[in-house]
Amino acid sequence: MTAPAHSPPAPSAQENDAPLPVKRMVVNLGPSHPAMHGVTRAVVELEGETIRAMKLDIGFLHRGFEKSCETVTWGQCFPYTDRLNYVSSIMNNVGFALAVEKLCRLEVPERARYLRVVTSELHRICDHLTLVGAMAMELGAGTVFFFAIEGRDLIWDRLTELCGARLTSNYARIGGVSRDLPEGWADKTLRTLDRVAELCEEIHGLLTRNRIFLDRTRGTGRVPRQDAIELGFTGPCLRASGEAYDVRKAFPYLVYDRLDFDIPVGANGDNFDRYLMRMEEMRQSDRIVRQCFQQMQPGEIIVQDFRYALPPKPLVYGTIEGVMAHFKLVMEGIKVPAGEAYSYTEAANGELGFYLVSDGGGRPYKLGLRAPGWPMLAALPFMTKDALLADLIPTFDSINMIGGEVEQ
Amino acid sequence: MSKAVIAALLERFPDAVTDAYEGVGGDDCAFVAKERIVEVCRHLREVERFDLAPYITAVDYLGMEPRFEVVYNLVSIPRSARVRLRVKVPEGDGCSVPSVTGVWRGADWFERYCYDMYGIRFSGHPDLRRLFMYDEFVGHPLRKDYPLRGRQPLVPERQVDENLRGPGPATRD
Repeated sequence: MTAPAHSPPAPSAQENDAPLPVKRMVVNLGPSHPAMHGVTRAVVELEGETIRAMKLDIGFLHRGFEKSCETVTWGQCFPYTDRLNYVSSIMNNVGFALAVEKLCRLEVPERARYLRVVTSELHRICDHLTLVGAMAMELGAGTVFFFAIEGRDLIWDRLTELCGARLTSNYARIGGVSRDLPEGWADKTLRTLDRVAELCEEIHGLLTRNRIFLDRTRGTGRVPRQDAIELGFTGPCLRASGEAYDVRKAFPYLVYDRLDFDIPVGANGDNFDRYLMRMEEMRQSDRIVRQCFQQMQPGEIIVQDFRYALPPKPLVYGTIEGVMAHFKLVMEGIKVPAGEAYSYTEAANGELGFYLVSDGGGRPYKLGLRAPGWPMLAALPFMTKDALLADLIPTFDSINMIGGEVEQ
Repeated sequence: MSKAVIAALLERFPDAVTDAYEGVGGDDCAFVAKERIVEVCRHLREVERFDLAPYITAVDYLGMEPRFEVVYNLVSIPRSARVRLRVKVPEGDGCSVPSVTGVWRGADWFERYCYDMYGIRFSGHPDLRRLFMYDEFVGHPLRKDYPLRGRQPLVPERQVDENLRGPGPATRD
């Protein structure tokens, strides 16, 4: 039996609330706001504290990466790629080197491939530590930030010993890498990884069952699996939504097919899952680095083909062929065969792609960058629709938008 | 795997998909007629399960006819396959390509980027604005005829939109 249509509605708890007229209000978050990493402007339309609409205004960090690269030689592009994702620059170096090598059909020596994997995975840990630390800090857990930054700086110290710079590593070269491991570096790195694992356990203890953290992250910024695929997500954000897609497994490159590691997959695609993905991926990267140290054999670290790699200095100073090769490489650049190629690697935030077009000269005709964080940032209005303004902060953190790569 | 995809495309769209070739490193590529790109993409997504469009970009081949090219890099996660579709876009005639945002929502910003940097218009795009450059920017920076150190005119101060500023004190309750 149904109630007659004119019966009064049941009294609700809200009836005693004072009626507050809600008016839509537009708030500018950024471009310089402590919670907006880099400079991103979000124009948020609020109804009370609820986000009804959001528009992103990006480009404040645009510095013409692609245009700059089109005017320098292939080898000179490496310093530019350092500045894309400045937290994990070696991954960008490696991604670009692989793209050029694909176009040149160049085989890289085995040791160089292992070195690339080791340094990339170390940088993956750095990237994830930064995300977890920043996310916790912006949700009020400052201690976690210091733990994460301690771990990150320890790894950066190791990489400084290897390539001389903390951030702009410029480590990879076309055909190999620039330096071999210093004496005793592997053992030192293993000890560093032990310490980083300890720090991760601390972070785990502080966050994963923390009531405040759970309340802020669980169920917020949710992206269902189908939406994540349609929106073009890759990397940890896609895996958090339940799709086990990782370039390292689906299209293995370097030596990933010889390494034993797992791909963590989330279930809900919310901020908490994206945090868990990062924590687990750091463990897997740790495993990968340890396996690489066991499998690595001494050998060449760069191709011995002087059309691609600079000859060793004794040859440059002692032989005419060496001088000529050096001069040609520096002044004219590597002659990359005419053609086009798209090369993709799994960077810390997803698929890092380079679409290269060469006209056969020493400079790229076109260098297209597929920044990993791009689709995630583009999806931010979708992820925060009808959420609280406070939920925007963990969502923005967990997609790990890096201005350097997204805004090129 | 992707060979079969290209072969199926050639069979299904004999007049739209042409010049299939194997690129460097075994990439499978094909050229698609500009007007049919949405149809081909929808077929790829719904029938061949190419569910992810990770990268769409454009190239300016200055001096060649047609001048521009839009490049679609597509992935099928369930089949672990990749294809690359290239669409030639002539400069005149509005310089426009049908938008694939209806097929993959994620194509939105990639198309805006191509519009911003190359001036290629995407018909049917829901919100075709510049992505990185400001609205008053003159020209398209990644075109080959845009100078590396091009100067831009001084932009007059922009009126702040009422909906950006929110209601001022005069209209406050």
